[in-house]
Amino acid sequence: MKCQFCEKPATFHITELTEPVGPQVMHLCEEHAKGFLNKEASPPMTAIASALAKQLGQSGDVLEELDQKECPVCGISFFEFRNSGRLGCPYDYTHFESDLRPLLVNVHDKTEHVGKKPTRSAGTADSLAKMIGLRREMEEAIEREDYERASEIRDEIKAMEDPIAPPSTPSDTQS
Amino acid sequence: MKRDADFDELARYSGEWMRGEGPESDIVISTRIRLARNLADFPFIRRCSDEDRLSIERTVRARMESLTDAHWKSAHYVDLEPLSEIDRQLLVERQLISREIAESDGSRAVAFDATEGYSVMVNEEDHLRIQVMKSGLDIKNTWEQVNRIDDMLEEVILYAFHPRYGYLTACPTNVGTGLRVSVMLHLPALVITEQMDRVFRSMQRINVTVRGLYGEGSQYTGDFYQVSNQVTLGHSEADLLALVGDEVAPRIIEYERKARQALLKNNRDDLHDEVSRAMGILSTARKISSEETMHHLSKIRLGISMGLIEQPDVKVINQLFLQTQSAHLQKLQGRVLGTAERHARRASFLQHHLAGKDDATWN
Repeated sequence: MKCQFCEKPATFHITELTEPVGPQVMHLCEEHAKGFLNKEASPPMTAIASALAKQLGQSGDVLEELDQKECPVCGISFFEFRNSGRLGCPYDYTHFESDLRPLLVNVHDKTEHVGKKPTRSAGTADSLAKMIGLRREMEEAIEREDYERASEIRDEIKAMEDPIAPPSTPSDTQS
Repeated sequence: MKRDADFDELARYSGEWMRGEGPESDIVISTRIRLARNLADFPFIRRCSDEDRLSIERTVRARMESLTDAHWKSAHYVDLEPLSEIDRQLLVERQLISREIAESDGSRAVAFDATEGYSVMVNEEDHLRIQVMKSGLDIKNTWEQVNRIDDMLEEVILYAFHPRYGYLTACPTNVGTGLRVSVMLHLPALVITEQMDRVFRSMQRINVTVRGLYGEGSQYTGDFYQVSNQVTLGHSEADLLALVGDEVAPRIIEYERKARQALLKNNRDDLHDEVSRAMGILSTARKISSEETMHHLSKIRLGISMGLIEQPDVKVINQLFLQTQSAHLQKLQGRVLGTAERHARRASFLQHHLAGKDDATWN
């Protein structure tokens, strides 16, 4: 038997138990098995895939529209999230809130956090989103070689940065 | 924090969590708890520019360095980007970093303490992955330590947190508590008696993931299985810790103990024979793969904990599990080895240590 991911013989046979998909047997070569087993026991892709499959039950038009929806802060589209299983920034949980909820129900069976909370207030969501937006703007300015604008934005970010930040030391500068 | 680490020295010792002690350590190898955290004012890794990643890494490092707790003073902070592949692999084998972060690109780092009780990965899938590992089934102490580190970091780092969804993570499967508690179990008797499927089935529908590694036919096995919570949102940390530590792990441990007793009662001679053969192979082989090594070490470990053999000490076996892996072997040898050479050197290393000799005299 060949490894599921390459041409080498499959010498590891791994059973992954995931809800709601159930046990899944994987046949892997030593190298891929190591990679697989060294990953944390989080089954993001299977869980997300099955939750998203349910969303796919929606009509094509609705889904197409959803896929094109973009986060105004980090610019990730729902399509990109669906493909990668990874969100682009904290604001996505606000911007895609209604779209993510069915997925959260499917994965966790709950939609509300219970447990530890940070003791420090995290500033307003708006100001944090603005920071992330500015970082993206700076990146875009650098890309179009508008270094003057990039440096303006950098100053703006510096001014907004978390006041608890310790002063940067000389060893902090990029070498 | 020390800005580097001596990797040759690291390869020579196993971590605290490999010492083979702690509650239920005849069956439970280790308890690991990790928390996923992100900085509030940066995009998640997927949408980070190179500059963002660098800023995150520098910000986190500067703030960790500002912490005065003695805990951090003895820690190492290692920039993973310029590290050699073997050194990164060494950290993977010790479970201080994940394979993902080892193989990814760009600014990334790990902070870990000298006795390896904890590590904090910077720029993995989330900006921060804080983890603590302990030997045996030790949920309470493991959680207390990881929670304390989280509290300390929270004083100097603004976390992404949502009043409704909790700690925000790059993947929605980790959102909420960001907590994953994993217990690594050695279950050879359940494998021999072909009861793992039953265990798997009984674990379904209770929000835990069991993942294992087993052989088929003539193939080899290490008989190790990891149990972890699957959900992270809508259950408190205390509930998730209790689910794995008080409900699931003790149940599997009990199954394994029963299976071991049944084996002793009905198949003692067969089992003793298998354990002795495993010893024989590892003590005399001239070439051996890491996979086959794991298979035989697993049998020997079972033999020791069931009282079938008295030597070697389980600590030696744990050490061998770690040090016969590729990067460790190459660090101990002091040079890069090809596959065939590794097989030969591994066999020599096993022979040497099972004869009761130590590293210093191996060459």
